[in-house]
Amino acid sequence: MTALQHVSLGAHYVVHLPRPDDFAFWRERARQLIQCDVPPDRVSWVEPGGTGDLFAFEGPSRGEKRLPVPEVDAPQVRASKRFMRLARNVCVHSEPERFSLLYRTLWRLQSQPGFMQDSADTDVRRIEELDKEVRRDAHKMHAFVRFREVTSEEGDHYVAWFEPDHHIVRAQAGFFMRRFANMRWSILTPRGCIHWDGKTMREGPPARREDAPTGDPVEALWKSYYASIFNPARLKVGAMLSEMPKKYWKNMPEAELIPQLIAGAQAREAGMVAAGAREVREVPSSLEAIAEGISACSDCPIAECGTRAVMGEGAPGAPLMIVGEQPGDSEDLAGKPFVGPAGQLLDVYLGKAGIDRSEAYVTNAVKHFKFVARGKRRIHQTPQAKEIDTCRFWLEAERKVVAPRVVLALGASAARAMLGRTVSLAKERGAPVPLEDGSELWITAHPSYLLRLDGEARAAQEELFARDLAAVRGRLLEVTS
Amino acid sequence: MPQAILKQQSLRERLEILADAAKYDASCASSGTAKKNSIGGKGVGSTEGMGICHAYAPDGRCISLLKVLLTNHCIFDCHYCINRKSSNTPRARFTPQEVADLTINFYKRNYIEGLFLSSGIIKSSNHTMEQLMETARILREEYDFRGYIHLKTIPEADPELIEQAGMYADRVSINVELPTRAGLTRLAPDKDEAEIEGALAKTSARIIQAKDERKRFRHAPRFAPAGQSTQMIVGADDANDTAIVSRAAGLYGNFGLRRVYYSAFSPIPDASAVLPLKRPPLMREHRLYQSDWLMRFYGFGANDVADATEDDGNLPLDIDPKLAWALKFRGEFPVDVNRASKEQLLRVPGLGTTAVGRILKARRYRRLRLEDVGRLTQSIAKVRPFLVAADWRPTQLTDRADLRSMLAPKLEQLELF
Repeated sequence: MTALQHVSLGAHYVVHLPRPDDFAFWRERARQLIQCDVPPDRVSWVEPGGTGDLFAFEGPSRGEKRLPVPEVDAPQVRASKRFMRLARNVCVHSEPERFSLLYRTLWRLQSQPGFMQDSADTDVRRIEELDKEVRRDAHKMHAFVRFREVTSEEGDHYVAWFEPDHHIVRAQAGFFMRRFANMRWSILTPRGCIHWDGKTMREGPPARREDAPTGDPVEALWKSYYASIFNPARLKVGAMLSEMPKKYWKNMPEAELIPQLIAGAQAREAGMVAAGAREVREVPSSLEAIAEGISACSDCPIAECGTRAVMGEGAPGAPLMIVGEQPGDSEDLAGKPFVGPAGQLLDVYLGKAGIDRSEAYVTNAVKHFKFVARGKRRIHQTPQAKEIDTCRFWLEAERKVVAPRVVLALGASAARAMLGRTVSLAKERGAPVPLEDGSELWITAHPSYLLRLDGEARAAQEELFARDLAAVRGRLLEVTS
Repeated sequence: MPQAILKQQSLRERLEILADAAKYDASCASSGTAKKNSIGGKGVGSTEGMGICHAYAPDGRCISLLKVLLTNHCIFDCHYCINRKSSNTPRARFTPQEVADLTINFYKRNYIEGLFLSSGIIKSSNHTMEQLMETARILREEYDFRGYIHLKTIPEADPELIEQAGMYADRVSINVELPTRAGLTRLAPDKDEAEIEGALAKTSARIIQAKDERKRFRHAPRFAPAGQSTQMIVGADDANDTAIVSRAAGLYGNFGLRRVYYSAFSPIPDASAVLPLKRPPLMREHRLYQSDWLMRFYGFGANDVADATEDDGNLPLDIDPKLAWALKFRGEFPVDVNRASKEQLLRVPGLGTTAVGRILKARRYRRLRLEDVGRLTQSIAKVRPFLVAADWRPTQLTDRADLRSMLAPKLEQLELF
């Protein structure tokens, strides 16, 4: 580059930018200075309202040096696409040194064209950081601007107050215009305002918070939504704060709920667990532990009934598990399953089918006797679905320990306990239902049902019952041989 | 009869019930759809590729979309779900018009990116799907809404309805709910794995077809341009991380899903008694998301993630899956930051995709020293044992027996109680 005669040796130049975000102006002046071969340490960049540096101070008042004019044949200034893209963003950062940093980088690019790719370079890295901060600020503006509706004679007007960290307002006007093209809106900020009337964009001087409206009736709905979508069972305040730092909260109507939501969260979760009326416990791994567990269990109201919990009977490893509904009066007194009238009938049919009860594990879907007292008698009550589901925990634990190959469910309650859904006996009896652990379930009637019938109906049901038991016996022989 | 009760609930009360009922769906993404804006239209709305989170709740989850159910009445009885038939939760119902108006009112105030609408199954699957569709139709056709719409589709609904849904929605999703068939049978007795997968496959085929049509005809209609996603509940059955990750890999591979969401089972009010399970630590969900990222962006396979698990098939909770993998395969390390391939660098714990990109570019201009690597990445302490730089060689460090405890975060995340 030829030495220019009008570039005084050692002279220092000060460039005053008309606006803090004026990339086009900076670009123009930077190109001019590089063409005149002015090194970075001899240029200061001053933005309006900025304090400038040492040299700028004595700038305009003492007759500032006019910028040199490049020769007509001065070489072209070149910059990579990446530099242009980053520089546009870095220009609007509030860092006072940004213009010097950009000029220095542009200067270096003339002799090292590729170095913008080298993120290990301190200047390149700094530019990347500033760019990232500006992009984040813009992204947060897209996210956290909150419009409030003002109704006037000219129609609805949506007005927002926002406080960006950097000079991004003008650059982000397009985003809001594309999004709310058919709406009249204004975004007021301490760094300047933008107004859109549905056709044209207008810029305005900086505003104050007081200039913005203070409320909007829809905010009540929005706050309700915010509070309801929050899941108190998973409090992660740190994750929230890293994406929505406190500095934004004052302009977001929903943020005023945050302290009370956090404070109430643990109480709400504890409440839910308690309302489920279950203790969170480990699955017991032995029949003894299960027996102990059911005696102490008060997960459902039936536990208040009866004298005791009735544990299943049989040995771990039994190939067959027989599940009834719940202990009756006799079972409650004896503390053993299936010893009352229904139990005796069951024994008869098991005997007929050739199934040895002593080799099976016999238990109930519900471990306590549910009844209503009528004088001296205790009248059996069918357990509710939720009570069966509650007790299913214990049945599953027994099944895990015993690990039967075949399970026989007597009646609809037992079938529900096994499958977790309402079962139609008529439809599902007589064929095996595969269970997830590879064993199989057979469903049949409860013997007490047979006891309540008589005549032809009883004969028909007894035949079906016997047939089901015979089928189970057949399967048992197959799976155990 | 229920209508009479509903009339007395205000819009706000119903919003509370139906937002509360929707919050167990983790998905809230509003990204990756076709670009559109409201210029030249008569309504509001734009999507420019990047999703926007308009607020964050104290649970750390982003609020991008108005996520509500049309109704939480449901004829299904899935045990993990607060809205199951046998649950005692308060019920409410919106009309499609009400949801559309709410969406527009929120959108105009810049609270949201759009709508994520789901519903309990009422009357029949088709009836429910029609109600969802009607909401989307009002938004798109009557209000000319050009923001984001995510519709939950009902696997059992008629294909024509699903077809229509994809025309209105940016994204459609069907939840597979549980990672194993056994879990689904046990906990969601009314749902059917084959049916869910069939619906995923059909939607996937339709998305591919629409993309193909647009290549040939510029004005061919778009079909769910943001693709489809699904959700799995973690910790409600006993499936371990290996099973979950391999299921996820299968879903990504078979159905071209954009995202698989993992939702740690959390206690719900009036919980079904079939779930007396301890709540899984939230960290487990986090580790699954990390492994999901490894599979989508770091070239890990489901088998690599499985290799990183411990003896019980679960990922360690105290360290991230990438570090767990590296500790098991120390023979692969250290790698030379100045020579290693991109694939090798992506396996280094502590190096993200951005840092790897920077390293690959910067090393064209200089031989990287440890100090340079420090400028390109977050923390040098974590990557140091696995890297060789111009002035650095970890010598014994990579093989130290206590490397895991050196690198594991010192503060354990405490469980809530």
